[in-house]
Amino acid sequence: MKGFKYLKDVATLELDRSLCIGCGRCLEVCPHQVFRMQDQRAQLAEKDACMECGACALNCPVAALRVDAGVGCASGLINEWLRARKVPGFGGGGCG
Amino acid sequence: MPGFLGWLQAGPGRVARIGSGLSVADHLGACLARWGVNRMNFLVPPGLYAIGQPTPEAPVLVTANYQMSYDLVRRALAGRDVWLLVLETFGINVWCAAGKGTFGTEELVRRIELSGLAGVVSHRRLILPILGAPGVAAHEVKKRSGFSVVYATIRADDLPEYLDNGQVSTPAMRELTFNWYDRLVLIPVEGVLALKSVAPAGAAVYLAALLLGGAAVAGSALIAYLGAVFTGIVVAPLLLPLVPVRSFAVKGALCGLLYSACLYAVAGGAQWSRPVALAAFLALPAISSHHALNFTGCSTYTSRSGVKKEMRLGLPAMGCALVAALALVVAAAFS
Repeated sequence: MKGFKYLKDVATLELDRSLCIGCGRCLEVCPHQVFRMQDQRAQLAEKDACMECGACALNCPVAALRVDAGVGCASGLINEWLRARKVPGFGGGGCG
Repeated sequence: MPGFLGWLQAGPGRVARIGSGLSVADHLGACLARWGVNRMNFLVPPGLYAIGQPTPEAPVLVTANYQMSYDLVRRALAGRDVWLLVLETFGINVWCAAGKGTFGTEELVRRIELSGLAGVVSHRRLILPILGAPGVAAHEVKKRSGFSVVYATIRADDLPEYLDNGQVSTPAMRELTFNWYDRLVLIPVEGVLALKSVAPAGAAVYLAALLLGGAAVAGSALIAYLGAVFTGIVVAPLLLPLVPVRSFAVKGALCGLLYSACLYAVAGGAQWSRPVALAAFLALPAISSHHALNFTGCSTYTSRSGVKKEMRLGLPAMGCALVAALALVVAAAFS
């Protein structure tokens, strides 16, 4: 994204090019232009720009994409962590 | 419902016609929601709506039932004849609802059926916001409902251009931004949400300083604390692209250091004892850092793995800084 860069080498996005059918859906849904079409197949062009929203993996009709998708939000992660450990009083909060 | 004009006979039933103009109440509701007031109840009934006088061939656009989303879309579509399918996202905006899955395949397929859309329009094409894609599997929707999904634009404001462009997206319509105004409007609700933790923490700071140094010290400590909170919630997000590091926690800590230096200069730091000055330079940046890290939830480009990494490294560092600062002031008070 213009003017903004997040941490390097952390994104969990993986593309299995051998499965790709070149439909271009990942290019259509990615708001950070992570993909590029090369030889009629998708290619990871800017992996570090991935925010792991999961749109590409969910919309890939041949499941060629894999990503540990979720929201990049500190309080969301804390709530998730507390919920997983069943700490009482934490069921939601944050952004709703 | 907001913008209701009347009923339109469509297919086997009738569809609510809505206008594109926003009333004072709509604007006020949006403004209050930005401050966290009635934010979770700022919603409209899900279902199919008509804007203008749409025919069975008219495009169908899809949005969430957060009223701010619904209002932005209907305002952008002024003067058009289109259908608007509003999904039940329980008053959450498209992007966050897609992340949770409520703006998702299940709800979309269900809403297509419940609204009788197939009997209202002659085509089988839905226009979705790009930020709805994390919740919707287009190929699944096609398989289950017969409707094909296209992801059109990120911003509602680009919809007129998209429709005029033969329903083809341009690269600019697909690109996320995060300009200073985008960030500014997110700050009030962050501040309101933070009050829940800032109020008790502020009280604790005040009491601790009162016990250690008296009323005047307690007042100063509280003001110093609140300044660090303000630096993390307001200053760091606004200066976001100007602080030359990638990590939000480090951005916050750097802003906090700057704030500490300003405080030292303005509030007569030269008279502070050395342990107190050191404690201020440790604790205040840690507090700013914590709040800046929380802004990752508002940002449009942070990833889950990245935030996890920041928390893994940042939270222990913040904790150590606070404990060290506390140890310093306690030791100084009793020495």
